[in-house]
Amino acid sequence: MKIIEAEKLEKTYNGFTAVKGVNFHINRGEIFGFLGPNGAGKTTTINMLTGLARITGGRVKLLGEDYTGNPRKAQAMMGIVPDESNLYEELNGWENLSFCGALYGMERNWREEKAHQLLDQFGLEDAAKKPFKAYSKGMKRKLTIAAGIIHEPEILFLDEPTTGIDVAFARQIRNLILDLHQKGTTIFLTTHYIEEAERLCERIAFIVDGEIVREGTVAELMKEAQGENIVNFMLGGDFKEVKTEFTATFPGFEYRIGKDGVVSVHSPESFTLMPLVQFFEDRGFPVYEAKIARLSLEEVFVKVTGLELKKMQNRKEARV
Amino acid sequence: MKTWIAFSNILMKDIRSYYLKPPNISWGLIFPVAWTLMFFLRSPVAVEVRDLLPGVMSLSILFGTTSMLAVTITFERKSRSFERLLLAPISLNLLMLAKTSGAIIFGVVNAFVPIMFAAFMTNLAGINWPIVLFSVLFIAITSTFLGLFIAVSVSQVFEAQTFSNFFRFPMIFLCGLFIPLPDLPLFLQPVSYALPLTYGADILKTAINNNGIIAVPLSFLMLLAFSAFLFSYSIYNVNRKWIL
Ligand SMILES: Nc1ncnc2c1ncn2[C@@H]1O[C@H](COP(=O)(O)OP(=O)(O)O)[C@@H](O)[C@H]1O
Ligand SMILES: [Mg+2]
Repeated sequence: MKIIEAEKLEKTYNGFTAVKGVNFHINRGEIFGFLGPNGAGKTTTINMLTGLARITGGRVKLLGEDYTGNPRKAQAMMGIVPDESNLYEELNGWENLSFCGALYGMERNWREEKAHQLLDQFGLEDAAKKPFKAYSKGMKRKLTIAAGIIHEPEILFLDEPTTGIDVAFARQIRNLILDLHQKGTTIFLTTHYIEEAERLCERIAFIVDGEIVREGTVAELMKEAQGENIVNFMLGGDFKEVKTEFTATFPGFEYRIGKDGVVSVHSPESFTLMPLVQFFEDRGFPVYEAKIARLSLEEVFVKVTGLELKKMQNRKEARV
Repeated sequence: MKTWIAFSNILMKDIRSYYLKPPNISWGLIFPVAWTLMFFLRSPVAVEVRDLLPGVMSLSILFGTTSMLAVTITFERKSRSFERLLLAPISLNLLMLAKTSGAIIFGVVNAFVPIMFAAFMTNLAGINWPIVLFSVLFIAITSTFLGLFIAVSVSQVFEAQTFSNFFRFPMIFLCGLFIPLPDLPLFLQPVSYALPLTYGADILKTAINNNGIIAVPLSFLMLLAFSAFLFSYSIYNVNRKWIL
């Protein structure tokens, strides 16, 4: 079920188009990732979805209902964690959380209980009575996330939640995100860390220069970019001895022998490992390792966006 | 109910963070105290304290309210915490009312500082208190919305302060407080009638000394009109310039 849909969503800032008519949707309960370099239009897209930026073209829908230009009702269901912490410097952690709960109409008892619970869960009990301005960067980010979820939103927007904070905090934050996902919160996450998107997201959209260049599940994106199937073998013998026999037994397969002795077997069709392993074992070649080679999402990203960038340049040149 | 929780908490946070903080509260109260002493003590014989009261009250309200909005609005906008309020599921009108109510209350409190001083120095019998109270409230609302108008038109706190002086200082001389309107040069009189404080001060004059020159209902109506215009124009500006 689609919780959010964006149709031809576009944002123009006095003549400069930051988001160029993107189409995407977020399924209820999933972690959806917007992956793209700085300036790609990720924050602008979040701002349009949450009512902080005026939509200059296209439409946004929440549970099938159009809320373009009228975000109030939708905002009650949303939690927003901006890229820069924007809590009140002079209020302490506990006051900040309680105030944010109140903005969403939470009764005092409920929001105060929830604030304590979140401070506990986020390991910020000791910081509860300290003013926000005395927090470290990682603590600020954690409290900002807590402030974004105190009203238990259906959908949470996280804008680069781990950018600019140290590794330990980043790991804690990723675990918190997975935890929320487990509890059923829909999550829209932007990031420029490919690994993070791969680790957390079920579906990913690559956004470059305000355009979505690819979108799909992690598996789909990999598969599309991969194009062929590769298995790397580490064998206890010289492959050259059996190469003619190999070609005869497995027509359509190709092989490459690496410098380190690793044999890469390629096929345009998908195949199973067993017959290959059997082939080597039958000829007295122990198989020490058989590994399906996967492109990393990073390679996929470079491949996909690189292509698109080249295409765009061609288009520009053609016009000139 | 939910809206009320949001509204009251925005207001209470502002009161606690800004209005009850020592620097602000003293800044807010020092102004009226200074004005009062300056005018009342300058020449106690020549100037009747009661004649000055409407002017000092009006200025206390004007300065108290307009200077606070540079903090509650412009500063929060600059530090981005205002985005949090814009993202909350409450209407912009209500949000702005919540952000300005603190200043209105503060303005009303400021108005009573000169009254307290005056009570020790002169006889306050015969003042129409209900009208004083209403006019103080109306002046506080109008000047708060003037402050809001300024606060949303600029992006820096110092700009808000400079810009509000641009409005405030001419008003001191042009709104008939110390120079009666008919004594102003003819070409300045229309300007006076275009300033909200003129009407507020005139109501106070009528209520305190019975020497106003504009009909009280008309003055209230004018204050109402100014408030409505300033508030809606500010909302329009926030919509146009802040929701980018
Ligand atoms: N308020 C604005 N006015 C003009 N241009 C803007 C504004 N906000 C963002 N941009 C531009 O829009 C593009 C996308 O920005 P942004 O959405 O912040 O990217 P990202 O979050 O992916 O890093 C950038 O080129 C940025 O300079
Ligand atoms: Mg960004």
